[in-house]
Amino acid sequence: MDILYFAWVRERIGVPRETVTTEAKTVNELVQELIAKEERYAAAFADISALRVALDQDLSDFDAPLDGVREVAFFPPMTGG
Amino acid sequence: MKIVVQEAPFDFAAEVEEFGQGRADMGAIVTFTGVVRDNDAGDLDAMEIEHYPGMTQKALEKIAADASARWDLGDVLIIHRYGRLEPGEKIMMVATSSPHRKDAFEAADFLMDYLKSRAPFWKKEHTGGDASWVDAKDSDEDALNRW
Repeated sequence: MDILYFAWVRERIGVPRETVTTEAKTVNELVQELIAKEERYAAAFADISALRVALDQDLSDFDAPLDGVREVAFFPPMTGG
Repeated sequence: MKIVVQEAPFDFAAEVEEFGQGRADMGAIVTFTGVVRDNDAGDLDAMEIEHYPGMTQKALEKIAADASARWDLGDVLIIHRYGRLEPGEKIMMVATSSPHRKDAFEAADFLMDYLKSRAPFWKKEHTGGDASWVDAKDSDEDALNRW
């Protein structure tokens, strides 16, 4: 599964994207796995209410299932326009 | 419907001219242009705009399709830039056409509200050697409840 990071989430984690092998069934479980890996993930995911997630390029929720999902993206609330 | 995400500047006048061509049935064209605004201290060096290439086009198309389903529109144009922009540069524009002005105005307003918080762009301000990400405002999210 590919994981993408944008804006300050990307800066805090230090890479724009990475490929991970995971057994996580939901976004929340994936976040917990990442947090357990290294401090930089714990720092980025300290407050998930400040984050948004997209699954295969559609906005989604942290309790959404990851069945069949190929690309997960984490980012702060968007500031377009 | 024309949706463009690009780094280069765009020619607002030429875009508006092209947008209205050949649609004599459209009595109203509304346009909005977003410009990089200098900060209150007047020392903003640049606004850096990051986006999510795989998702941006798709998200903008959905917002435009939602507007087209809701109002009587002839056409919708969205242009949004990314990269490093200086104060005074145009960041983005939307245009809507409709037989009547009310639909064109409301649809343009709707597009802007959704572009603010549902299109995957992030702004970073560069000021005198410092850089900071622009936080989304609660009022941006509240604005969606109008619709």
